[in-house]
Amino acid sequence: MSTATMTLKLKIWRQADNTSKGSMKEYDLPGVSPDMSFLEMLDLLNENLVNSGNDPVAFDHDCREGICGMCSLMINGEAHGPQKLTTTCQLHMRSFKDGDTVVIEPFRAKAFPVHKDLMVDRSAFDEIIAAGGFISMNAGNAPDGNAIPIGKETADLAMDAAACIGCGACVASCENASAMLFTSAKLSQLALLPQGKAEAAERAQKMVKKMDELGFGNCTNAAECEASCPKGIELSNIARMNREFFKSSLSK
Amino acid sequence: MSKLDSKVPSGKLQDKWEQYKFDMKLINPANKRKFNVIVVGTGLAGASAASTMAELGYNVQSFCIQDSPRRAHSIAAQGGINAAKNYPNDGDSVWRLFYDTIKGGDYRSREANVYRLAQVANNIIDQCVAQGVPFAREYGGYLANRSFGGAQVSRTFYARGQTGQQLLLGAYSSMMRMVAAGKIKLYTRREMTELVVINGQARGIVVRNILTGELETYHADAVILATGGYGNTYYLSTNAMASNSSGAWQAYKKGAMFANACFTQIHPTCIPVHGDNQSKLTLMSESLRNDGRVWVPKKQGDTRKPNDIPESERDYYLERIYPSFGNLVPRDVASRNAKTQVDAGRGVGSTGVAVYLDFADAIKRDGEDTIRGRYGNLFEMYQRITDESPYNTPMRIYPAVHYTMGGLWVDYNLMSTIPGLHVLGEANFSDHGANRLGASALMQGLADGYFVIPYTIGNYFASNMIDQSITTDHPAYKDALQNTKNRLTGLLNTKGSQSVESIHKKLGKLMWEHVGMSRNAASLEEGIKKIQSLREEFQQDVNVPGSDKGVNTELEKAIRVSDFLEIGELMARDALTRNESCGGHFRDEYQTEENEAKRDDENFTHVAAWEYTGDNKEPVRNVENLEFENVKLTTRSYK
Repeated sequence: MSTATMTLKLKIWRQADNTSKGSMKEYDLPGVSPDMSFLEMLDLLNENLVNSGNDPVAFDHDCREGICGMCSLMINGEAHGPQKLTTTCQLHMRSFKDGDTVVIEPFRAKAFPVHKDLMVDRSAFDEIIAAGGFISMNAGNAPDGNAIPIGKETADLAMDAAACIGCGACVASCENASAMLFTSAKLSQLALLPQGKAEAAERAQKMVKKMDELGFGNCTNAAECEASCPKGIELSNIARMNREFFKSSLSK
Repeated sequence: MSKLDSKVPSGKLQDKWEQYKFDMKLINPANKRKFNVIVVGTGLAGASAASTMAELGYNVQSFCIQDSPRRAHSIAAQGGINAAKNYPNDGDSVWRLFYDTIKGGDYRSREANVYRLAQVANNIIDQCVAQGVPFAREYGGYLANRSFGGAQVSRTFYARGQTGQQLLLGAYSSMMRMVAAGKIKLYTRREMTELVVINGQARGIVVRNILTGELETYHADAVILATGGYGNTYYLSTNAMASNSSGAWQAYKKGAMFANACFTQIHPTCIPVHGDNQSKLTLMSESLRNDGRVWVPKKQGDTRKPNDIPESERDYYLERIYPSFGNLVPRDVASRNAKTQVDAGRGVGSTGVAVYLDFADAIKRDGEDTIRGRYGNLFEMYQRITDESPYNTPMRIYPAVHYTMGGLWVDYNLMSTIPGLHVLGEANFSDHGANRLGASALMQGLADGYFVIPYTIGNYFASNMIDQSITTDHPAYKDALQNTKNRLTGLLNTKGSQSVESIHKKLGKLMWEHVGMSRNAASLEEGIKKIQSLREEFQQDVNVPGSDKGVNTELEKAIRVSDFLEIGELMARDALTRNESCGGHFRDEYQTEENEAKRDDENFTHVAAWEYTGDNKEPVRNVENLEFENVKLTTRSYK
């Protein structure tokens, strides 16, 4: 716990709405405590803006515990900022020092249009899930939970993939704005588990098709997605998705 | 007195739900598609209700404030979900889960509701496994369980420290499947501002589109609120930033009674407050108490580093006071004891407002790798926030507002006092009494959504005349729309000097001080006056910049805070009129010689349901007596 505060120079993307042109604006922010989270730092800026009669910076956030996936932001060119395996809301100001310039931009991608300032539209992810990211079963059908034993290793791998929070950092950091890490994480989770195998082929076809339709790019193995993922979703999921997709194309 | 009919069916406790399912009227499959349902909220309760009703054939309109239904705050639940599967062979049963929940709630919940909850809990696990929720497994491939506070059996299912996330993503994926099938129409970034009641029935809502600022009206044959709790009244809580009580509160103002508002849960294991700019508190899962030992230095004002304090100078106070439950006492007991230690000057850390949760013995016993396997992600989260590693130094924890047991009053059908308005999950008051046990919120949300409302909604449609010729052209919609408009204009035109945030912080401090972990009559009376005058201050001096067009996050917050300023008073009023201590409601005047909560079963074995009578008018306190036919009311003892 430190008591000394810092002064930061912030360069923030301001854009009134989805039809206006945006630009970078500069703000000096004194009084930043190293124990603040990054979003608490933005709260402080907004409190100053509101008190001086200015429009606060709009940004998405909700749980502030690193799990809802609502927060985003490119911080000095990195999705969720400099700390590995950490969402913006869990990034703390002790990662910065007095006098630093911090550049804050929205997650940019063709499929993620800007609503206002740093808020973007990520509903394309919901559409990918709606295309096939589920197991088709109605409530009431289920057999006993222990009816199908699932080896611990498989269950753990499925959990690794299921940990995706749908924040979109993978898309924002990819030079092709590809959603393959996101899509493959859900596809892997369900393809690994016996419950999901019945419709694995159809799922792979539908999700991949939807992803392409929505304007997400392809994967060229730059692995920026894996590096920026706050939940450590691995590239191997993309390989699994490609296998699933290939298999399903053969069986068509 | 009897405005409140719980509609609990007759018969033996064990048979009530089965018999009632048979007795309820059905809607045939072809007719289900003629009924429309609005569901507000997409947490566990809302998402599971929306998907299940859509699967049955109803047309569902689903609303959430976030950009996607997957982000509702159920997602942050860490520890797990209870069910009485008895897989560990340790003596669990539906009866025991029922009994633990009733006892944990300090005998202030309805037997029949809680029994049904315990019954359907097993179905929830099956349902979630079938959906592909990756619950933790043993090497043999079978589901793993762990123990949790308030129980002596291992009945908690979990998915690492992300159980809420995995359960919500399961419900969300089912929901998205129904969106694709055209049975659910999804409206994101919408916030409910008004309930529309026509001919005495809940028929629709007004929402504000957060992106455009436009007010929109939606109409249906029934409205379901699954809008969560009101913990953010305290400003600092473990709730998400946007979690709010406005949907429920506006329903209250339209005639839905609000029950047991003072029953709030202060969770014992949260990361302590660090400063004035703090925006929220972070929970550390209660599951940590399985292996962590809670202690404070025996000496007051001991400033030594924790590892420099020898064993003989530490007080493992939970183990000392409660030898049979030890560190696994229920949440309210653990929280109050932490406060007692801090108040006595034995708190730790730079602020002195914290106690230690120590893993040194567990690491010595099981090895660091095993402990990392169990709690790795929690330890990392703790380290990111505090810059300290729990592997080397004990965690500092302190209680924080986490959950509200109170909520809109509902009957056995989960219907409020407004016909057609059903309330699910944390938004209702029903199953947890005066204190909720760990891993029971997920259970209740999903029970309500997957296995209760899909049945009872059909019975409502089949038993009531619902005029389906009504549309949003009905004058009630124009009135409701105008009400919201007036409210927004009022907020924008005040142009005072204080930000919404600063007033919310003031409210939070008032609530924590007067309606916090322990309360007393004098302080509550003072609190009510202070909340009233803060409300006036808000009305006269709030500064909401911008306009009602487009994104205006300050306006969003202002609407929520204006409702918190009202609900806060009701919470204090409810606390003031409940002259006993029970569960999370601790009144200084009512305690045993050993400083434990002292219930007054003779006078307070009831639900207090508050009825709105107009702004700035005292609400009326109605009572639903709780009948205990199957369990004997005892003094909770965890010693």
